[in-house]
Amino acid sequence: MTRNRWSLLALQLLVAVVLIGLWHVGATVKWNLPSLSAKPFYVLDPFFFSTPGAVFARTWADFYSGAIWYHLGITLLETLLAFFIGAAGGVLIGFWFARKAVLAAVFDPYVKMANALPRVVLAPIFALWLGLGIWSKVALGVTLVFFIVFFNVYQGVKEVSPTLLANARMLGMSERQLMRHVFWPSALTWMFSSLHTAVGFALVGAVVGEYLGSAAGLGYRIHQAEGVFDVTGVFSGMLVLSIFVILIDTLVSAIEKRLLVWRPAPATAQ
Amino acid sequence: MSPVVNAIRTQADAAPCAVSLEGVRIAFPNAKPGGAPFIAVDQASLDIADGEFVAIVGPTGCGKSTLLNATAGLLTPAFGRVSIFGEPLSGLNRKAGYLFQAEALFPWKTAVENVAIGLDIVGTPKDEARAEARKWLARVGLSAFADRYPHMLSGGQRKRVGLAQVLIRHPKILLMDEPFGPLDAQTRQIMGNLLLDLWSADRKAVLFVTHDLEEAIALADRVVIMGAGPAARIIGEWRVPIPRPRDIDVRLDPVFHQLHREIWAALKEEVVKGYKQSESAEQGA
Repeated sequence: MTRNRWSLLALQLLVAVVLIGLWHVGATVKWNLPSLSAKPFYVLDPFFFSTPGAVFARTWADFYSGAIWYHLGITLLETLLAFFIGAAGGVLIGFWFARKAVLAAVFDPYVKMANALPRVVLAPIFALWLGLGIWSKVALGVTLVFFIVFFNVYQGVKEVSPTLLANARMLGMSERQLMRHVFWPSALTWMFSSLHTAVGFALVGAVVGEYLGSAAGLGYRIHQAEGVFDVTGVFSGMLVLSIFVILIDTLVSAIEKRLLVWRPAPATAQ
Repeated sequence: MSPVVNAIRTQADAAPCAVSLEGVRIAFPNAKPGGAPFIAVDQASLDIADGEFVAIVGPTGCGKSTLLNATAGLLTPAFGRVSIFGEPLSGLNRKAGYLFQAEALFPWKTAVENVAIGLDIVGTPKDEARAEARKWLARVGLSAFADRYPHMLSGGQRKRVGLAQVLIRHPKILLMDEPFGPLDAQTRQIMGNLLLDLWSADRKAVLFVTHDLEEAIALADRVVIMGAGPAARIIGEWRVPIPRPRDIDVRLDPVFHQLHREIWAALKEEVVKGYKQSESAEQGA
């Protein structure tokens, strides 16, 4: 098992080394092939593709000088706010709709309509309403997170096993106790199972919002770099963003593992 | 009739009826609007004395579980009366514990939490409820598994937890819907013995639904046969004059065989009828 894990890790690293190596060679070695081009040329022109060395150097410098921390902090704050507000709204409304069939039926077409709308088009509206600060990004993230959590919680409450419910009733539970011991845990389970997606979407909302108009954050950094043809800056921003996402995802996995101990392990072998 | 049968009968007649069904009809609304309602059970009358163990046997789909649900108060009969200790039942049957056929444990609670829940919800202090739950887990032989979640237990172990979950509340009436149905034959016999042990310690009225005639005879004081549905009726009942305590060897008893032959003769016809009806229903659909 452990041996497998190490060899897997080695293979994963190999992929990174090969890709970065190809990039490095393509962007630093000049080819002289008169049959293709009169002048010597790079396969990957560093003006458009930068070089791995430059990107790592820039990323390191940003972290070292501390310039990036502020932007990372802003993006993290927006992501967290979007996640918690969206999740709270999704849980409450999902719960409410699942328990009141009439309400769900009345709002059904509107929920579908709102969910079908590509959320990016809302970004300018939110910027107009809430300004260029963090709240317009939070709002964008909330519209993404809300629907994921809402649908999951709605499903979770609706799909409580009728036997479990009958058993709870026969054990003497009141309506309130049913909520606490049956519906609530079931809804939370479904919410947690969508945790990865929800957190991911909160981040997407934040970064897209920043990209479309702001004065801080990772999306803003990438947009700035793009505006001055600073490809190194763009790649460096993407690198930071990826590392950030992986860290958050690891954290979510750890939380999930703790909260859902009672669930059977997925059938797929790791 | 043997003296044992008479002894049981006299005892049963003297005690107040734990459950009394009188001319119960249970109907379900038709899925098609305007269609006639589907009558699952009709004219069902059955008395269960306090402390009596009654098994209902019938072909698949005859409405055994429906009758059980009516006794539990989960279904309301269209006609007839359900009385519990002489009082007409309205709403859920608070005197009854119900062991379901399907999985009914709370998957997010450990075994001990699942058992303790019945006490938790009536406000028993947490420590006390846990201690009592552990006692019950010990009684069903699961002391070592108290902190496991249901998915970590085998099917038989889950049934044991379910049994403890129901019994910890000391219900006056125990309703069981093919509780050991999904288990393998050996586990079923062991569970049957466990049930008899627990029951003999504190005799409750038991209504036990099963499709397994052997299981019914081995466990019950009285076996009730239901005919094939729809509009299934109770078509016969037999007392089981095998003395208690019974153990696993009861199936070797000559009385057991005699009774099995007799009841099976009546049941066989209904089972065949039941299959024919379900087949024609499939063709009609």
